[in-house]
Amino acid sequence: MTTQTLERTRRRRSRGTDLSGWGGRGLGAVVLGVFLVFFAVPLLWLLIAVTKSGGDLVRSGAFTPGSVAGLVENWHDLFAFQSGAVGTWLVNSVMYSLGALVLTLLVSVPAGYVLALVRFPGRRLLLVVTLVVMLMPSTALVLPVFLEMSLLGLVGNPLSVILPFSFYPFGVYLAFIYFSTSIPADLLAAARLDGCSEMQVFLRVAVPLAAPVVALVGFFSFVQNWNNYFLPFVMLPASSTYPMQVGLTTLLSSTPAFNPSAAGSDSVQLSTLALATVISVLPVLVVFLFSQRFLVAGLTAGGTKE
Amino acid sequence: MGLAFVGPYVVLMLAFGIIPAVYAVALAFSRADGGFAGLDNFVRVITDFRFLPAVQHVAVYLVLWLVMLTVLVVVLALVLHAVTTRWVSRALRLLYYLPGALAGASAVLLWLFVLNPDAGPAGPLLKAMGFETFAQTIQPGNLSLVFAVIAFWTGAGQWVIVMYGALNNIPTEVMEAARIDGANPVQIALRIQLPLLRKWIAYMAVLALAAGTQLFVEPTLLSQASTGVVPNDYSVNQLAYQYAFNLSDFNGAAAIAVLLLVVSVALSAVFVLRGGLFDTEEP
Repeated sequence: MTTQTLERTRRRRSRGTDLSGWGGRGLGAVVLGVFLVFFAVPLLWLLIAVTKSGGDLVRSGAFTPGSVAGLVENWHDLFAFQSGAVGTWLVNSVMYSLGALVLTLLVSVPAGYVLALVRFPGRRLLLVVTLVVMLMPSTALVLPVFLEMSLLGLVGNPLSVILPFSFYPFGVYLAFIYFSTSIPADLLAAARLDGCSEMQVFLRVAVPLAAPVVALVGFFSFVQNWNNYFLPFVMLPASSTYPMQVGLTTLLSSTPAFNPSAAGSDSVQLSTLALATVISVLPVLVVFLFSQRFLVAGLTAGGTKE
Repeated sequence: MGLAFVGPYVVLMLAFGIIPAVYAVALAFSRADGGFAGLDNFVRVITDFRFLPAVQHVAVYLVLWLVMLTVLVVVLALVLHAVTTRWVSRALRLLYYLPGALAGASAVLLWLFVLNPDAGPAGPLLKAMGFETFAQTIQPGNLSLVFAVIAFWTGAGQWVIVMYGALNNIPTEVMEAARIDGANPVQIALRIQLPLLRKWIAYMAVLALAAGTQLFVEPTLLSQASTGVVPNDYSVNQLAYQYAFNLSDFNGAAAIAVLLLVVSVALSAVFVLRGGLFDTEEP
């Protein structure tokens, strides 16, 4: 018990002295406070804005809350826009990002596994190419992929977004790192001795152990694809096929406050636009809140093991 | 079994990684009728009067963003790491991190509000700085900074957390030893913590560069929202889009895409090599 307390005080002291040297705790606190305001206030304001009417947003104080009735009205206006277009866009977003998520996992986990644990001809080449492709920004390839898709006659088809989303070299790389560092080869050898076929070794032993990396790849893939704008913007020209992110553009250009020529029957209030912004990020926000702790552990663990 | 497992990945890589890249290069060196064009497409887009301004916009934005990101993220991580009250540190990390959920169009929309002196939360501040209308806040001279701030707002929190985690991995004995040797906290930060963060800083810079050269959604939305105050060829990627879809000049668009690709891969390579990302020895 004494060693435990000793250890604890030692650790506390080892962190506690830092701040005083930075010109006092005050300075540190000011820095943290200023950035807290910078990061959090826009979000806070957005959550307040959705409860007001468009007029109140301009007239009342920035942080004066509106009412539940205001929120309900914004909700109605938003989902009545262009006879329910927003609902369609949300469904599309879910379809595209979940479809890509499933394909990404089905493709990248087995690929990472084989790259890590099986020596086959071309393995080194594949690893090098994966690293190179990871460094290529995907938006630079949007135009040639568009031309490819138009040759195949897939422009406007959901597949033109889902398939390119499913190519995720970073996911393969993460799975590769995970399988080569975290799974002891002895364990797999033991399973083989016990009479497991290669397929059983993968499905019964490797996949259950890979839960952390599956979650990590899934998280990155989902967030990235949900937020992607350029690819669907180019591939899917019809409003009925937009994902939510592209749909936001339509809402924006129907907001008279930003686009004066939009004043008309189907125009969007500022507060309704704010609600659209909140709804467009809600799924990602939920995933973020739930994954914060594990994600940090995953990221740093990967880093030290390299 | 190896083939079945790795096959689908190879197919996707060919279809959406290698073939488009090769196709873009081929297009960039071809005429519209398919003949070999040499460097004509590159000359045409580079001498386009919109090209240099677009490059300049993106370059200024990148420099601002990278400086902001590296300096502030490291400072925030170091200061946060010195906070002893557990729940304060946890809560701050979470709140810094949350804006990361709003990437792309959603973040831009939110910042359209923030930059609006009439309705947004920063109204009084903007008016105090002399900006009375939305059009004044987003005048072209401010835009690189505006985009850098938006990118920082969405991206910085995740990196603060990553750096914080890396700082936690520094063994207590090392810090203790430095302290016993009489190092003050600034010396510890400069001589021990920063060198150990080097890999992470390089990694962050690589990803930021790769994303930053591709600036598209921010100026596109601002251009719409400002009814033309922000031109629709503000960034290099937007210019490529204009070439492809308004001028139907896919060869010119491909030339721009190839230039972007080469520049961003070259810049990344510098950071990868200088940052020691592929060094095998432990720091």
